[in-house]
Amino acid sequence: MAQPLLEVRDLRVHFETHDGLVKAVDGLSFKVMPGERLGVVGESGSGKSVTFMTVMGLVTRKLATIEGEVLFKGESLLDRSQDEYRQVRGKGMGMVFQDPMTSLHPFYKVGDQIAEAVLAHEKIGKRAARERAVEMLRKVGIPRPDARAKQYPHEFSGGMRQRAMIAMSLVLNPDLLIADEPTTALDVTVQAQILDLIDRLRDEFDAAVVLITHDLGVVAEHTDRVQVMYAGRIVEDGTREHVYHGAHHPYTWGLLQSISRLDEKVERLRPIKGQPPSLIFVPPGCSFHPRCPYAFEPCPRDEPPLVEEEYGHRAACHLSVEDKKRIFERDVVVRA
Amino acid sequence: MSLRESASQVGGERLGHTPLIELRGLKKHFPVTRGIVLQRKVGAVHAVDGIDLAVYPGETVGLVGETGCGKSTTARLILRLLNATAGQILFDGTDITKWSRRKLLPVRREMQMIFQDPYASLNPRKSIGSIIADPIRIHRTLHKGKIKGEVQDLMERVGLNPEHYNRYPHEFSGGQRQRIGVARALALRPRLIVADEPVSALDVSVQAQVLNLLADLQDEFNLTYIFIAHDLSVVKHMSDRVAVMYLGKIAEIARGEDLYAHPKHPYSGALLSAVPIPDPSLASKRNRIVLEGDVPSPIDPPSGCRFHPRCPQTRAIASAQLGTGETVHPRCRDEDPELTPHRPGQVAACHFPLSDTQGGAASP
Repeated sequence: MAQPLLEVRDLRVHFETHDGLVKAVDGLSFKVMPGERLGVVGESGSGKSVTFMTVMGLVTRKLATIEGEVLFKGESLLDRSQDEYRQVRGKGMGMVFQDPMTSLHPFYKVGDQIAEAVLAHEKIGKRAARERAVEMLRKVGIPRPDARAKQYPHEFSGGMRQRAMIAMSLVLNPDLLIADEPTTALDVTVQAQILDLIDRLRDEFDAAVVLITHDLGVVAEHTDRVQVMYAGRIVEDGTREHVYHGAHHPYTWGLLQSISRLDEKVERLRPIKGQPPSLIFVPPGCSFHPRCPYAFEPCPRDEPPLVEEEYGHRAACHLSVEDKKRIFERDVVVRA
Repeated sequence: MSLRESASQVGGERLGHTPLIELRGLKKHFPVTRGIVLQRKVGAVHAVDGIDLAVYPGETVGLVGETGCGKSTTARLILRLLNATAGQILFDGTDITKWSRRKLLPVRREMQMIFQDPYASLNPRKSIGSIIADPIRIHRTLHKGKIKGEVQDLMERVGLNPEHYNRYPHEFSGGQRQRIGVARALALRPRLIVADEPVSALDVSVQAQVLNLLADLQDEFNLTYIFIAHDLSVVKHMSDRVAVMYLGKIAEIARGEDLYAHPKHPYSGALLSAVPIPDPSLASKRNRIVLEGDVPSPIDPPSGCRFHPRCPQTRAIASAQLGTGETVHPRCRDEDPELTPHRPGQVAACHFPLSDTQGGAASP
């Protein structure tokens, strides 16, 4: 088996707050293979952003207690100094954030902001760096890139800004692109443009893409593998076919049942009861048990491990595989 | 047959029934000024630019469209929170477009609004009980001594614990706050509720709870909804009819199923095909129409049909009829299309509407 591009081992990120210890990420292990498209799904507070901010070195030991290991191309990242981290991150990973207005600097020209990234990591003249920026803006489909590079972020529309962010994160040709809710602030037609762009650039640059989102539709259309997170843990992980056509975790079932779909007519949605837990008082045992309609005797007591139940399909649930298959057929599939 | 069913069956066009809300040629232009002292008017944002729409009692009409298409402005015009530049708003057959604040007061009781942001729409310094009671106190619909009981009753109806009467908004989660907003909107027993993006700030699992609540309340109180959202799947789920807006105008009105199966306006087709469907086996089969460019500025909207600069249909027709190199059919550039009927309850404003087999977002 090839070496994973990114490997996270038993990652824990805890924040000390006035109200208590927030266990934002609590024992997370996963791998991202080169060129793979991974979707990370979960509601707000499930730890999906914190996980990847930690991977990027944006959540540091100054801010939080971090345990576990993050390996990028086999090299451990967490114990590095800020400077060393920057070296790895710049050329290896790029990140696109949710809100393109707050992640671009309003006082600098867009082209200069992209060129700055090149200048920081390559021995190259200012003019050459600027040319790279313009070239990159052209690749992400911005018309008249030479004129646009001299404009400020406020002169760009939302979709354009997100394109500029993508240009910035790909200008150093990274092996891993992390996109944290890249289209949540955008309209559907623009969302489709941006997601198609990410797919196209992934082929061109041969990068792995991690797409963090709460939208199950986006994940179904733009990823190969899906990881479902709940209360700081991975509850299910598998190919998109595993997750959409044979999910093994009651939380995933709940998500699939509670969304309204354009291609189907249902009289009534079936929501998950209750609300996501506070990360300070995470329920004991399986953190989903208070909301789970299938919870039984071990659930409030023992934390279910994330085990591989089929090849490449992991789930953390006490129900037996036979039960899960039966329940999925009986309760979840019926709507289709 | 319930009122709601009969409304949807005939696509809303029921003779003999007065629409609860009717919009006739409704326009709202916001002036664009230059200069600090004199504030010369140099143009106008055509936020809503001639809308005709009838909403019948008991039905839910969804308004969808991209940012800036005028859906929220339309909602505010209906509630008379903004004054229209031109056109008429009829509530239950009466023209209320020009009514004064005082004259409007009894009408306001009949129409209420649910807002998008459950964090910004509740006063943090007021208790839940007094937030929900405010409309009752203002309109004096109940004797003072009866208010508390009524409010607790409302709280129970929307799934809140009545014992939390004295708590403050910060003690509630997003979903619960939205329930508070719903209880407040219900307090005067209105006939019309305008819900502007009521679930877009909520998590997926909580969204479904609030949508189910809104559907239950509609049956219980015989409510008419105008439901605004940018999420087409949610709008289609909630609505009997959906109106698609583009740059201040209605492009198409149809029942949700018709709109999905055979949209007539090329913009509806593109919008629907851009919505991702949570089913990987469908994902590869879908016929995606990706629109190029951004929505033009509403300050200087395109001539003729507003969609023509981005329209894939006019491009196809023009190059087929007028030879290659032509990208716009002259009719689309010069003539503003009217809403024309296609099947019961489906109207679209397009010179070259999509054929039934052409537009379906699900069609392979």
